Amino acid sequence: MSTLLRLATAGSVDDGKSTLVGRLLHDCKAILADQIAHVKTVSQARGGDFDFALLTDGLRAEREQGITIDVAYRYFATDKRSFILADCPGHVQYTRNTVTGASTADVVIILVDARHGVLEQTRRHLAVAGLLRVPHVVLAVNKIDLVGYDEAVFTKIAEDVNEVADQLGIADVKAIPVSALVGDNVVDRSAQTSWYDGPTLLEVLENATGRDDISARPLRFPVQYVIRPQTDEYRDYRGYTGTVASGTVAVGDPVIVLPAGRRTSIAGIDRPVVTATSTAVAERPSAVAGEAVTVRLADDLDVARGSVIVAADASPGTRRELAATVCWLSDRPLTVGARLLIKHTTTTAQAIVTKITGALDLDTLGVIDATGLDLNDIGKVQLKIAAPLTADPYSSNTITGSFLLIDAHDGWTLAAGMIDDEEGELL
Amino acid sequence: MTATVTELDALESESIFVFREVAAEFERPVILFSGGKDSIVMLHLARKAFAPAGVPFALLHVDTGHNFSEVLDYRDATVNALGLRLEVARVEEYIADGRLRERSDGTRNPLQTVPLLDAINGHRFDAVFGGGRRDEERARAKERIFSLRDEFGQWDPRNQRPELWSLYNGKHRPGEHVRVFPLSNWTELDVWNYIEREGIDLPSIYYAHERDVFERDGMLLAVGPYSQPRDGETVSKRVVRYRTVGDMSCTGAVASTASSPAEVVVEVAASELTERGATRADDRVSEAAMEDRKREGYF
Repeated sequence: MSTLLRLATAGSVDDGKSTLVGRLLHDCKAILADQIAHVKTVSQARGGDFDFALLTDGLRAEREQGITIDVAYRYFATDKRSFILADCPGHVQYTRNTVTGASTADVVIILVDARHGVLEQTRRHLAVAGLLRVPHVVLAVNKIDLVGYDEAVFTKIAEDVNEVADQLGIADVKAIPVSALVGDNVVDRSAQTSWYDGPTLLEVLENATGRDDISARPLRFPVQYVIRPQTDEYRDYRGYTGTVASGTVAVGDPVIVLPAGRRTSIAGIDRPVVTATSTAVAERPSAVAGEAVTVRLADDLDVARGSVIVAADASPGTRRELAATVCWLSDRPLTVGARLLIKHTTTTAQAIVTKITGALDLDTLGVIDATGLDLNDIGKVQLKIAAPLTADPYSSNTITGSFLLIDAHDGWTLAAGMIDDEEGELL
Repeated sequence: MTATVTELDALESESIFVFREVAAEFERPVILFSGGKDSIVMLHLARKAFAPAGVPFALLHVDTGHNFSEVLDYRDATVNALGLRLEVARVEEYIADGRLRERSDGTRNPLQTVPLLDAINGHRFDAVFGGGRRDEERARAKERIFSLRDEFGQWDPRNQRPELWSLYNGKHRPGEHVRVFPLSNWTELDVWNYIEREGIDLPSIYYAHERDVFERDGMLLAVGPYSQPRDGETVSKRVVRYRTVGDMSCTGAVASTASSPAEVVVEVAASELTERGATRADDRVSEAAMEDRKREGYF
């Protein structure tokens, strides 16, 4: 059975990112005849050659300005697996979209223009990939044809990036010399880079493993919604719906329901059985991380949205104070004392920013003092929260370790947050 | 232990998660239900999300008046069998009393926006599920799963909320609403594989049948009350099926002998054309026809 791989692209303006994506889709035969005809017509009307970027840049303003504005999602498949690609814009003002794309990615492809080497945006994108713990980073050194397929240029850029990656704690960076325009080493191996014996971009993608096996971690099951049908057939039925965030859940497992801290066990796990005219459930023995299920508990406890069912032998407890690293995504600056909403798994609660302990300096990759955070800043904050949260460090669980900060007045998403390890340092 | 969740299971779980988030966080959600395959799959997923209880949402159909009778029959049979509440917003009523005017090309898809927005306001729906998929079209590829609409129903693609992890932000102010797209990450092929796997019934026009059609703009249009051949367009009996189901006057059929979900899967996998490219006249108007409609509040 085929599995899904989620990937995101990141690059600076004019790195040729949309061209690379267009090339990847085209060479994987994921572009159909009417789409090609459309791009041909538009390219010709503008008096240019076939513009691969037009395959992905869909908005009027993107086409007019020749830039990518928002994340565009693309879907393609090879014989080996299926891919969901988040094509993220390069402009600094759209860094929030890179964060968006990287948050669910198994692989992030960072583009560098071979003529320009590592830029501040490259450091920013590497920092985002590192912070969000994207399992694999691919460095596509693009426009290699424009530097005469010079191995030394490629090697220098790969070394520079690896140095930055080391500082950020990113283990796995694969550098590939590519030309998106010509197609070198994207899907087809280039005859011009005989000095390069590594994989093509597509080979890396086809063979990449997904996120660490979250099924092997302790059970975390945030309750989304309680089902009480109150029909004749299901008079006393009380099912807790949710998606297994980590671990496995099996009938009979001892569990703790947080934040109440009550012990009980799993009485049943249900899967839906739906026909054209009937709606019922059937029992299943277990479920693994990523599966949306309904569980029943052995005891009649107070369980509601916001409760989290956890493994009895590995409870994270609850907390009302958090130290976290945040990517500030709004042009409204953050100041100490701000009152916001926090959305964490299925809980939304009030939060106060009690401290801003620092911000990431992209030049030195060190943490510097900060009194506030502006758009695209990556900073460290402390929060006090009005309700107890069942949380883990982001490094051990990306679902129970992540949160949003939201403007209570208009609902805008202000920041992406990642809970620090007990020892504190994520950066 | 290692466990791999297959592609279809991963997509199904993601969609079910979305339905449950909306049920928990909104007061008056509604599912846009046209009787097309995407809305049928959407309803199937909603039923799975809340089983053994019923779906806690109403259905809304924006009816252009140019319907395939098989699709309306399917809609009504489904609503009756499942005891669902169906609201219908009728484009024809707007045309009859002058609030909307018929377009010169006879197409009514773009006319659905105003009745849709009026229905959302009138019923105070705060979350509106649509069956749109990102693989369908260039503007839809930029759409969030939770997509905020202002009081005018407008979409501002340059100013969308970041959407991170599986933390969907449904906060909105009075008068605003959120469009929710549970099938965002599904492709046409995924939808058909799922229809086959789950044994989901569809209106018969999705499978091969004989029909009187004529060719226009490279599409096969059915001869019917809303679409008649013009001079020079000849009618012939062909074996066709519909890849999409929309307003009868602008939805084309494709030549096909596929008579089961499994045969459609094979056909779609080998297709040289996208679903909309093959069948929708309304997307051919301009480079950004869908973006323009979406900005105004279209699905």
